[in-house]
Amino acid sequence: MAVRRFKPSTALEFVLLAIFIVAMLFPVVWMLETALKEQRDIFHVPAKVFHFHVTLQHFKDVFASGSSVASGFRNSIIVGALSTIIATGFGVPAAWAYSRFDIKAKQDQLFFILSTRFMPPIVVVIPIFLMYRDLNLVNSVVGLILLYSAFNLPFTIWMMKGFVDEVPGEYEDAAMLDGYSRFQAFWKVTMPLLIPGIAATAVFALIFSWNEFVFAIFLTSNSAARTAPPAIAALVGDAPIDWGLIAASAMVFVVPVLLFAFLVRKHLVAGVTLGAVRR
Amino acid sequence: MAQVLVQSLHKAFPDGTVAVHELDLAIGDGELFVMLGPSGCGKTTTLRIVAGLEQQTSGRIMIGDEDVSARRPSERDIAMVFQFYALYPHMTCRDNMAFPLRAAGRPEAEVKRAVDEAARMLQLEPYLDRRPTRLSGGEQQRVALGRAMVRSPKAFLMDEPLTNLDAELRADMRVEVKHLQERLGTTMLYVTHDQVEAMALGHRIAILNQGRLEQLGTPMEVYDRPATMFAARFIGSPPMNLIEAEVSDGVLTANGGLAIKAPDGLARGAKLVAGVRPERLAISEAGDGVRGRIVSREALGDENIYVVDSPAGQLHVRTPPTVRFPEEHIVTVAHQGAAPPVYDPETEKAVGR
Repeated sequence: MAVRRFKPSTALEFVLLAIFIVAMLFPVVWMLETALKEQRDIFHVPAKVFHFHVTLQHFKDVFASGSSVASGFRNSIIVGALSTIIATGFGVPAAWAYSRFDIKAKQDQLFFILSTRFMPPIVVVIPIFLMYRDLNLVNSVVGLILLYSAFNLPFTIWMMKGFVDEVPGEYEDAAMLDGYSRFQAFWKVTMPLLIPGIAATAVFALIFSWNEFVFAIFLTSNSAARTAPPAIAALVGDAPIDWGLIAASAMVFVVPVLLFAFLVRKHLVAGVTLGAVRR
Repeated sequence: MAQVLVQSLHKAFPDGTVAVHELDLAIGDGELFVMLGPSGCGKTTTLRIVAGLEQQTSGRIMIGDEDVSARRPSERDIAMVFQFYALYPHMTCRDNMAFPLRAAGRPEAEVKRAVDEAARMLQLEPYLDRRPTRLSGGEQQRVALGRAMVRSPKAFLMDEPLTNLDAELRADMRVEVKHLQERLGTTMLYVTHDQVEAMALGHRIAILNQGRLEQLGTPMEVYDRPATMFAARFIGSPPMNLIEAEVSDGVLTANGGLAIKAPDGLARGAKLVAGVRPERLAISEAGDGVRGRIVSREALGDENIYVVDSPAGQLHVRTPPTVRFPEEHIVTVAHQGAAPPVYDPETEKAVGR
């Protein structure tokens, strides 16, 4: 067996990566510790990094009935799931159409669709607020679902168009000659091949909806429609500030996205390496 | 089985390019009909219009006695084999072959019988339960043929089905396709850019160029008497020598004194282009003919191909392997045999007969 020789460059890489990892993970670890510490340990100076009393009380508080964070999570799940389903349901057929058919001014249309993503949300939040006020959609779950769907749709179309482009049109030609209609050919032949792409796209859309903060804080005013991000942020306004509850809420907030990304990680990689696969 | 008629077919794309110009073709019942031409000549577009995958700008497609011009692909009762096989990658070979029958809602017992029979004919039985990605190109194309066969369609459409195979396999599959077509007796419309394939397979060949029909004929007609200079350049490897010559006393004389037997009925003094196949030229050390220098020699084993630089132009000469001259050697090239086809350099069409 060959002995691996020590190289100075390897050691340097190791040190740099170690520093990087500590810098990246420190805030996460600190949040986790804060979530598990008792109130007096949180404010203890010097900070207790290792020797503190572990409690799950803050996590219990997160899910306590009547807690604004609990209802925030409930709203986040509803808004995230439905807006993702709507964006995917409309975006996938649209992407297929853009990929397969000769559409007038296709490039211009695609650019227009993409351009809706150029602006930061904060730019349009006031006009949308005014529109929503007139439509009675302020402080409503339906309002957020519609808005997030609209924001996710362009992204879904663009990402899915890439995946549809990868599936040769001949499959559908063959299926049409074999007795299927145009739409059946798409549904029975192309659709099964798009599942990995749809999974990757849906996770990205879900992450956007789950993390969205700016619209949520402007368009919701109480726990009836408020999603988790503004609900957690609102905890800072209380006095005294319950840092343990904030930290615990944030940790819970991260879990669904991590879990989802983990479940579809194979498809995510396929999605991120989009275009690398050639027939 | 049925005849396929293409009548005044015209296809213009929205950007103004015309892919097919008023094309008329009549493919007989049980005929293996080849459409041959370079890429962009309109052959694939024509095939896709026959299939119903593209909509014609004007013109008519008849399959059997029925006008199918406005029908959907699924209603035309035809099967197509694609260059990239287009086997459904998420299905086994068996399911791929069963697909058209299942789509038509046939009973499962009949599906199984038809698939098994096609598999036996194509020697695909060992591969039936594999996914297409696990098969070689040749096996995949056989599965695609099987998928086309099971439904016993009125006609087969073949879109460069052998182009993606390597040379050896292509020759094997060529034989297989020809054999299959003979056994099934199905009308087959076959598109290729490979003139060898066209010659080997076709009962008749249609040579297309820029959306127009250049020539229609049996392989030997097309080879012996190309109707246009385009067809002359396209068929044969190496291609026909196109030699500028002047008519005088039953002889076409090219620069440097190359004398070529002239067909009857040419006007004296006319400047024309003679189409001389490489095997109709002979090389010798001396004698009548045009003097030239050998610039290239390909010894192919069963024959030699010489390129001779002469006043009459660069001449390709095919000789038996026993005729040996080194490169750079000065030789005489002479024409032998019957009068070649002759072309008008203006219209590029054949003149005389």
